[in-house]
Amino acid sequence: MIARLFNALGAPLLRLVQYLGEVVLLAADTFRSIFTHKLRWKLFLNQIVEIGLLSQLVVVTTGAFTGAVFSAQTFFQFNKIGMGSATGAVVSVAICRELGPVLAALMVAGRVGAAMSAEIGTMKVTEQIDALRALAVYPTDYLVVPRALAMMVSMPLLVAECIAVGIAAGYFIAIFLLEINGTYYMANMVRWTRNRDIIMGLSKAFCFGILIVFISCQKGLSAREGAVGVGRATTEAVVNASLAVLICNFFLTMLLNIIYPAGYQ
Amino acid sequence: MIETSRQMSATSSSDRDNGSMLVVRDLKKRIGAQDILRGVDLNVAHGETLAIIGRSGGGKSVLLKHLVGLMQPDAGEIWIEGQNITRLNERQLGAIRQKIGILFQGAALFDSMTVAENIAFPLREAGEREPKVLREKVREMLDVVELEGQEEKMPVSLSGGMKKRVGLARSIIRRPKCVLYDEPTSGLDPVVSDSINRLIRRLQERFGMTSIVVTHDMKSAFAVADHIAYLHEGRIYFYGTPIQLQQTNDPILQGFLLGRSAEERGEQS
Repeated sequence: MIARLFNALGAPLLRLVQYLGEVVLLAADTFRSIFTHKLRWKLFLNQIVEIGLLSQLVVVTTGAFTGAVFSAQTFFQFNKIGMGSATGAVVSVAICRELGPVLAALMVAGRVGAAMSAEIGTMKVTEQIDALRALAVYPTDYLVVPRALAMMVSMPLLVAECIAVGIAAGYFIAIFLLEINGTYYMANMVRWTRNRDIIMGLSKAFCFGILIVFISCQKGLSAREGAVGVGRATTEAVVNASLAVLICNFFLTMLLNIIYPAGYQ
Repeated sequence: MIETSRQMSATSSSDRDNGSMLVVRDLKKRIGAQDILRGVDLNVAHGETLAIIGRSGGGKSVLLKHLVGLMQPDAGEIWIEGQNITRLNERQLGAIRQKIGILFQGAALFDSMTVAENIAFPLREAGEREPKVLREKVREMLDVVELEGQEEKMPVSLSGGMKKRVGLARSIIRRPKCVLYDEPTSGLDPVVSDSINRLIRRLQERFGMTSIVVTHDMKSAFAVADHIAYLHEGRIYFYGTPIQLQQTNDPILQGFLLGRSAEERGEQS
């Protein structure tokens, strides 16, 4: 009975460990390459456009509607106990620390992670990556480094944008739709939102960016079996990156809360 | 016939030191549960054109990928100009790969780049940035592969034969000493196949490149090769000149040359 249980759990567990190992090795190889080899600036800037510039609409929309709905929900509850003007503080801190980075990361995982794994996966199954290697170009240098660096730069900026738009949307809903007093709303928000909340959000964004880029690139680089394989790699990249973002968010929150504690101190 | 390959094996250790372009010794590779290569021995001299023939799925492409370090063997050695490449890591292989060009079966063109960008890619990666020089070199290569004026086309709009020509132009722009061709005529009509064969021959004559052509197209093998090696059940079963191959009475080789299945051979005997 116990032997059967171990047998059943063993194979998936080994696969998981091997998969995590491959992601970590890719990350290690990429960081080594970043510090020891010349950056291909053109590819890096192309990726900044692809990851950063073109993700803005998705991220801004996510931020705006999340901020708006969160502001409304918070007000509905707080207003019952006469604390409607505290809405701004709650919305702002929650968006900075949690909603902004997590939701933006999930959207980027869907948009950029899928594109990365599909593009690299297609290159893999059509022998383009073998062609790169045969032409004495190291695939990590050419494909992963520009994407990783672009993600590390873009993700905090996208999350900053998401947070700003979310707070602004929450403010407009609160003031013009829910008719909260703007002065109290703003005063409470500024009083309770600290630099450390913003730093925490941006730190998370940086970590989530790293997770998304390595999970997506690893899935692309290990794609096989033609179009079906690329499809599978793309799906798995998005699912794994999203799950990794959500799981790591918990641990990052606990860790970063020690460095940047929440609340007014 | 097997003896021919045994003789090669016996002489290979001295050959690898006396200036052969490429020496393969007892190369073995297992993929999944299948032994693909079971001890391949090969010796390719400078400037020679060797055709490796064999049945589909017989490990020809796997062997070719080993020769440029795209796959790692389970056992055996590959020596390129006196250097053992089997123990080199991916970055160390870079220097070796400068000496060897490879034309992939599907050409493996970068589909996000134009024809000109594809061909210029190896030079750009080698540090050449001057647009005029790159343009000139690309034009020269397109001239060699007879595709003048196609610089701005995207790979998706090229025919199979054109893709292979562009792939070939890309692999020879840095003037490698050796070019590997993986099924250069597969999927092409006889006329285009003939033009590709002529191109391989012309490159060998013009640039003195060593060529290794993996194919199951016998017409192509006879058209281009100085020597032919027949890969059978993971080993080199025959190695000799095209004339020696044509004169052979070996039933396995006869079956392959005449395109007869084992079933048919059994019926006739």
